[in-house]
Amino acid sequence: MGTQAAEQPASATTHPASVPAHTGLLIIGASQSGVQLAVSLRALGFDEHITLLGDEDHRPYQRPALSKEFLQGTVESESLIFRSNDYWAEHNVELVKGEYIVRIDKDADGSGVAHASSGREFPFKRLALTVGARARKLDIDGGDLDGVLYLRNADDALALKARVGDATDVVVIGGGFIGLEAASSLQKMGKNVTVLEFGPRLVGRAVGEETAEYFLQAHRSRGLDIRLNTSAARFTSNADGGASVAAVELQDGTVLPAQIVLIGIGVIPNTQLAEQLGLAVDNGVVVDRFALASDGSTVAVGDVANMPNPVPGSEPGERIRLESVNNAIEHAKVAAYSLTGRHEEYAGIPWFWSNQADLKLQIAGLCNGFDATVLRRDEERGKFSVLYYRQGRIIAADCVNAPLDFMAVKNALAKGRNIPADAAADPATQLKTITTDS
Amino acid sequence: MPTVHFTDAEGAVRDVEGNVGDSVMETAVRNGVPGIVAECGGSLSCATCHVFVREDCVSQLPPMEDMEDEMLYGTAVDREDNSRLSCQLRLADGTELFVTTPETQV
Repeated sequence: MGTQAAEQPASATTHPASVPAHTGLLIIGASQSGVQLAVSLRALGFDEHITLLGDEDHRPYQRPALSKEFLQGTVESESLIFRSNDYWAEHNVELVKGEYIVRIDKDADGSGVAHASSGREFPFKRLALTVGARARKLDIDGGDLDGVLYLRNADDALALKARVGDATDVVVIGGGFIGLEAASSLQKMGKNVTVLEFGPRLVGRAVGEETAEYFLQAHRSRGLDIRLNTSAARFTSNADGGASVAAVELQDGTVLPAQIVLIGIGVIPNTQLAEQLGLAVDNGVVVDRFALASDGSTVAVGDVANMPNPVPGSEPGERIRLESVNNAIEHAKVAAYSLTGRHEEYAGIPWFWSNQADLKLQIAGLCNGFDATVLRRDEERGKFSVLYYRQGRIIAADCVNAPLDFMAVKNALAKGRNIPADAAADPATQLKTITTDS
Repeated sequence: MPTVHFTDAEGAVRDVEGNVGDSVMETAVRNGVPGIVAECGGSLSCATCHVFVREDCVSQLPPMEDMEDEMLYGTAVDREDNSRLSCQLRLADGTELFVTTPETQV
């Protein structure tokens, strides 16, 4: 364990021949995928020591609520904790908090030692990277002013919460899921919120045109000021040159007051350790169908992994990196099998959710490569779904406040069944009743 | 302390003490009750925390809202009259709840 490593004589070199006895599995990243990997391994009977190491000072926690319930104060931080301390103790998983790994020495057999910035060393027989991704920074003038914030982890959310009470005006930069969720939360908390989106529509590539337009209209009708094709030029403090942000100046010269600027413009996978290890990296750590990196022994899981597209019917060789809770869980299960010597492929259909104000979006499948859509709209009950088809077969759906549609499509995709487009066009028809075997 | 008695599809029982205000789902997941998956963490998006509530306990529970009702039509094991999503069931002081978990949640 780590403490033993730290007691090695100072003269010990990092040459592989001199590292302490390697034991167990070291999971770097106490994330959704890291937690699931540990849990799944124990469920599979993996009996070696597991160290679950994270660089934050919190017990492993769930992130999705940070932009919603946690920000709004409707859930306590304790509710976000994945597992009780007793659970980890009973399952012989050693949690290590607040250690940032800066370098890893690894032998050809997959074992090695991870070195933390604190000087602590963590020897391992097998390594898992569940290190996730980090917020992409917006590098413009004033970006280092107080109150220019990001929202990726619990400390980010706490920093935002700490400032929110004194703020009247908030500018959110980025009209993706995180930006729109946070904007909706902040609006609900009584803030005057403006969303700036660089592109011509909301939510980028994650949803189709019709869904993006639906969200634009829905948010605008709820009073959110959304400006498309709009970029910030600089952030400024007030006239006396204070340290805090006071305004956002747009490219066209418009000035928006802002005591908080929240930036959500995407993430960058944390591939630094993989690169240092010499693993293949290309938009994430390149892994095979069994979550194994290019060295054949390290597993990489979740947001950080670039994997073969697991959706049945994908083009051979097509690769994908998914940022979602569902993928973190399913991919971790694949990795757990690999680490116990079994080869099991990814199961299930990718799915996603995003709750924004009273808009509950659920996405089943991946809509890439669709050639037709079917719109199902029930204005009266506030339900909206877009079904995506490729060569007559359903491949995905975006469903807003329409859980029956979502569940029907998700279940059909999981079982390789179809929902014929012509019959699906009537919003009064339950999709479950028209699902066909082929 | 509120207590939830989880019976799995094979009949094995696990008694878990919870905290007032926590959901049945949170109580299960934090303690590693295997029959509850709860992918979405309680935001009523995934229908993988399905439980069957013992008939004599049903009256202790809050009424079901439309979203929960609709989600229950998509559970992996078909719903019954006593089906609930356990993320929507909050523990009160003195709650003693008996639930059965389905054979599968996904």
